[in-house]
Amino acid sequence: MASGEVLAIIGHNGSGKSTLLRIVATALRATRGSGSVWGADLVRDAVAIRGMVALLSTEPGVYGDLTALENLRFSAEMFGVDGSPRTLLSALERVGLGAEGDERARNMSSGMQRRLSIARLLLREPRVLLLDEPFNSLDPDGAALVNALIRETRDRGGSVLLVAHDVSRAAALPDRTVEMHDGVLFEHAAVWTPAPVSGRAP
Amino acid sequence: MNGASSGSAAWRRVRAVAWKDLTAERRTKANFNAVVAMAAMILLLFGFALGPDAEGLRNAAAGVLWLTILFSGVLAFNRSYQLELEAGALEQLLLYPGERWTIYIGKLLANLTFVFLMEAIALPLTGVLYHVAFPERWLAVLGVLVLGTVGFVSLGTLYAAMASRSRSREVLLPLLLFPMLVPVLIAASGATAALLVGDVMGDSSTWIRLLAVFDVIFLIGSTWAFPFVIEG
Amino acid sequence: MNHPSMTARSIELAPRSAWLSALTWLTPIFVITVQAYFIMASAPDRDMGHLQKIMYVHVPAAWNAFLAFLFVFIQSVRYLWTRDERADLWAAAGAEVGAVLTGLTLVLGSIWGRPTWGVWWTWDARLTSTAVLFLVYVGYLALRGLTDDPDRRARWSAAVGILGALNVPIVYMSVKWWRTLHQMQSTPSTVDPTYAWGLRLNAIAFMLVLIVFIAYRHRGLVAEFVLERQRDEAALARRTRP
Repeated sequence: MASGEVLAIIGHNGSGKSTLLRIVATALRATRGSGSVWGADLVRDAVAIRGMVALLSTEPGVYGDLTALENLRFSAEMFGVDGSPRTLLSALERVGLGAEGDERARNMSSGMQRRLSIARLLLREPRVLLLDEPFNSLDPDGAALVNALIRETRDRGGSVLLVAHDVSRAAALPDRTVEMHDGVLFEHAAVWTPAPVSGRAP
Repeated sequence: MNGASSGSAAWRRVRAVAWKDLTAERRTKANFNAVVAMAAMILLLFGFALGPDAEGLRNAAAGVLWLTILFSGVLAFNRSYQLELEAGALEQLLLYPGERWTIYIGKLLANLTFVFLMEAIALPLTGVLYHVAFPERWLAVLGVLVLGTVGFVSLGTLYAAMASRSRSREVLLPLLLFPMLVPVLIAASGATAALLVGDVMGDSSTWIRLLAVFDVIFLIGSTWAFPFVIEG
Repeated sequence: MNHPSMTARSIELAPRSAWLSALTWLTPIFVITVQAYFIMASAPDRDMGHLQKIMYVHVPAAWNAFLAFLFVFIQSVRYLWTRDERADLWAAAGAEVGAVLTGLTLVLGSIWGRPTWGVWWTWDARLTSTAVLFLVYVGYLALRGLTDDPDRRARWSAAVGILGALNVPIVYMSVKWWRTLHQMQSTPSTVDPTYAWGLRLNAIAFMLVLIVFIAYRHRGLVAEFVLERQRDEAALARRTRP
């Protein structure tokens, strides 16, 4: 992938697209083969890659007993970025959760939790944005938010890798779309370079 | 890359993880209350099992105290990881840049706080139920409490990282953990028993040294092993 | 650190090496010979009579049980260092055989203790430490049994094996001090030179048994591993067929 490029991978459930995304994020380790992200090897330089990528997962990845603001504050501290209340609140406002700052994540709907995890992404400016089924459980406003995020990342030179079973909501943003069937990538239904993908936890 | 690997950044992560765990725990006091109730119940049950004779209870007090700490404390460790597993937070936790041992130390500090608070209640309760006179060397008794607890919680925090994600987690954690804690139980209850009666023989110093060695070895060992264990 | 896939692909079940084939028939002959000789040749102990001869199995079993755990420790370290799955399979084989030897040690110690002390268990320092070791083995094997993902199983077992091994001397010391502080008698030992030689040679005999059993168990685990990998590759090949 190139800088400023948006790539979409579409495929049915079980095609391996989430696995691929996680391998790039270094959340999983590939059982064979190797890869690199901007020159950093997936196995040896995993720590460096984590500083470069951000993953939006299908699960919100939030702490139910913490409030929205506390969840963000934790993330800010872990990222080592500014975690002042003002910054966190503006991130929440951008995703439309400005009024829910003191609401416990457990009491939020799944759509709201998803927005909270998007707010987490806004705390940094990752070089590679990895999105796993980002439009799931989001209303049109939420979808617009994701698209705005994709656009912003692309415009500042970052790359976006997006997997979904349907990209109709992606507002024609992807520069390239490839398909994935049973762990193999195909470019536009013609056999590209078959790259069997299987991964297991590192 | 950035300051994520420097000392203060690591400390920031440790603090964040500890704060997060303790805040989550504070919100659902139900868990702490249950563990304390468990400790009280275990103390009572041991009392029933050992018989009401004051002399017998006094002699057994140190051992019963430590067994109570182990049996009730072990219930706290899996919980520390459950909050990561609930909404898929563990995956995100592992994706933060920086070293993973900071996650371990953060959780260790949170678990230590939890267990110390439980002990603050269990210790005087034992004294009352088991007819133990207030020891002259109470400071040393507290010292033994701290040393023993550190050994207990450092291994517990590590092993729970595995057990909480396994089948049969309620059995697996004690099964893995308790054989490892035999030295802690022997040394801590031995030292406590000696100190409660003034320790004329000076036995406690041997045990305290053993506890210190144990703590150093397994704090370092667990910190080293944690990244291997928390992945995937 | 090696990439896991490099070593996984190279694991094959080679034919039995010449060493193993030789040991397979040499070991039982050696064990039977040594056992028979010392059981018949050594004089009955002054205090315990013929009962003492149980030591010719109990002590070698104990030594080799601990040796097996040292082996598990070394292979666990090797696995975390190289991520070579073979090391994990060796550790697993070592743990299984070691657990059996530890159980044997405990049972024999108990059987010896009954006529000697009148009780089935004496809380003797060495025997008690062995009991703790047995529980560590059981925990290790339970963890392996409950973990399905092979990579996770290998990493977790390695951590448990290493920490468990580090604890062995500490457990022994703490139990020993616990005994001496309560002024307990330690197990008496005979000074008969034949007895000492009997222990040493039987220890070697049992070590051969240990080696042979671990080697065969390892082969069994490698066979399972290779089979699993072949199944994965077949499934993958079916999918990539255009």
